[in-house]
Amino acid sequence: MGRKLLLEHANIEGIASYDVYRKNGGYRSVEKALKTMTPDEVVEEVKKSGLRGRGGAGFPTGMKWSFLAKPEGVPRYLLCNADESEPGTFKDRYLMEKIPHLLIEGMITSSFALGANQSYIYIRGEYMYVLRILEKAIAEAYANGWLGKNILGSGYNLDLAVSPGAGAYICGEETALIESLEGKRGNPRIKPPFPAVKGLWGCPTVVNNVETIAAVVPIVNDGGDEYAKIGIGKSTGTKLISASGNIRKPGVYEIELGISVDEFLNSEEWCGGMKNGKRLKACVPGGSSVPILPHFLVTKTAAGEDRLMSYESLADGGFATGSMLGSGGFIVYDEDQCIVRNTWNFTRFYHHESCGQCSPCREGTGWMEKVLHRLEYGHGKMEDIDLLWDIQRKIEGNTICPLGDAAAWPVAAAIRHFREEFEWHVNEPQACMQRNYGLVAEKVFAPASV
Amino acid sequence: MSAETTHSQIAFPQETLAEVNRILGLFPEDNKKSALLRVLHIAQAEFGWLDVPVMDYVARLLHINPVEVYEVATFYSMYDTKPVGKVKLEVCRTGPCMIEGAEKIVKYIEDKLGIKDGETTADGVFTLKTVECLGACGYAPMLQAGEQFHEHLTEEKVDALIEKYRANPRANYMGM
Repeated sequence: MGRKLLLEHANIEGIASYDVYRKNGGYRSVEKALKTMTPDEVVEEVKKSGLRGRGGAGFPTGMKWSFLAKPEGVPRYLLCNADESEPGTFKDRYLMEKIPHLLIEGMITSSFALGANQSYIYIRGEYMYVLRILEKAIAEAYANGWLGKNILGSGYNLDLAVSPGAGAYICGEETALIESLEGKRGNPRIKPPFPAVKGLWGCPTVVNNVETIAAVVPIVNDGGDEYAKIGIGKSTGTKLISASGNIRKPGVYEIELGISVDEFLNSEEWCGGMKNGKRLKACVPGGSSVPILPHFLVTKTAAGEDRLMSYESLADGGFATGSMLGSGGFIVYDEDQCIVRNTWNFTRFYHHESCGQCSPCREGTGWMEKVLHRLEYGHGKMEDIDLLWDIQRKIEGNTICPLGDAAAWPVAAAIRHFREEFEWHVNEPQACMQRNYGLVAEKVFAPASV
Repeated sequence: MSAETTHSQIAFPQETLAEVNRILGLFPEDNKKSALLRVLHIAQAEFGWLDVPVMDYVARLLHINPVEVYEVATFYSMYDTKPVGKVKLEVCRTGPCMIEGAEKIVKYIEDKLGIKDGETTADGVFTLKTVECLGACGYAPMLQAGEQFHEHLTEEKVDALIEKYRANPRANYMGM
């Protein structure tokens, strides 16, 4: 049983309410930071913790914080990115719904560290009922003196509010999020200038994921060194994993980084193994944007070592034989699933969500969707596979924001690892329309356990 | 619905105006435009969909140009700039939901209500819409109606929720 830092109290009756949360040690990090620490000392603890951004990019949080420009007389802002929209990812919703005060507490402590007097939580519009949960928690925090003027007599002032999006994956990109929070279309900005210099309303701004901000609470409570003891190498602390797909126990799990993928996938404590006695065909370990791994690269690296749930181990082998931890959206596919269909489905998503600013992404995602659609529905040609490869390569790296890369990678990885299945769709279009996909797996792939 | 809203006499009731003013208060004096997305959600809940007079009204409330409202209303997928039913059944179709049978759920609703994806029933109660990932992948298949998530869908659950919303189309709107 691993340590839980974020969800330890998540199943306590009434933990969403202030009183219960407070009784279980809530808001201690605010007391500690405001009464006994300077803002820079809080930043230092976060640096020591080795905490990395939990939204997907994995950038060291302490370093991101230290980039924040601090010109005299200019307000600074902390924004929480609660725009969780990466397919396969539902951990932030779980955290905010179950234990909203943890996020509020993290926002207060983090805002203090950054010298922000006004902070916002930007939440996707579809989570409107969660927004109401957060607004209730914020009202309770104000009523109990954790927000507002002169918090705990420290002289520090902070106002916190929640603001919704309205259905746009792109607003999870930090500059698009800022645009959206300014009441505009979610078109990502060209960087530089980075938000740390010029963000919300032109002022220095830090944008952090929900889970990242929540992790600041145990880091301040126990110290960055304690936090860094959990995990492995540069993957410190715990991580929320959203597990979905053909597993027996889908759901949100908090793991210590560094446990093996095999244990996470197959033990009763976590995913509980494959559903219905099926065999593993593939896994997308970090949300729809990261490369898909074929079964023989899920629990082992190409070098034959155990694959671990860590930033480094999941990326072992680069994109040739590895993937990424990403947002922790762990999607499992059994032998009945069609990789072409899944790739088409994801590509349709990226086409739908492209903001339309950059031609390679706007045109390329739609083009890939069409090609994948005809492959899936039996009208594909063999050269379509190379065409797909060519299109994705011309999207990657050629757009203002990473949505282009996120759309390109799943296509590249699917072709890299499952080219035979694409070819089978061309060679036997009738069969691939009519036959159970499990038989495709049977035909094309070696048995899962060799 | 369009007949009710395509005129210029559009105004929020007093209590809704109070809520709009509370939301405006969350942002600094020079940056009230930040309230736009939230106010558009409220307007859509109030008037059913966002036609031009509604968007113009929102522009007046926020002291911004109408085009600033139009460009936002047409960018985000949750806003309806065409009439829709009183209840939108928004079925997630992405990745894990597809694996768990979202397509079957869509087909079942289509057959049950006699409409296709994107269409509205003749009585104006239901609109069926397939949408991209709603962040409920572990509880698939799922749909959203109003603010409510309905997860682990089965045909029986779909039957029950359609009955529920037919009886009370405004359930689960605006935090009710």
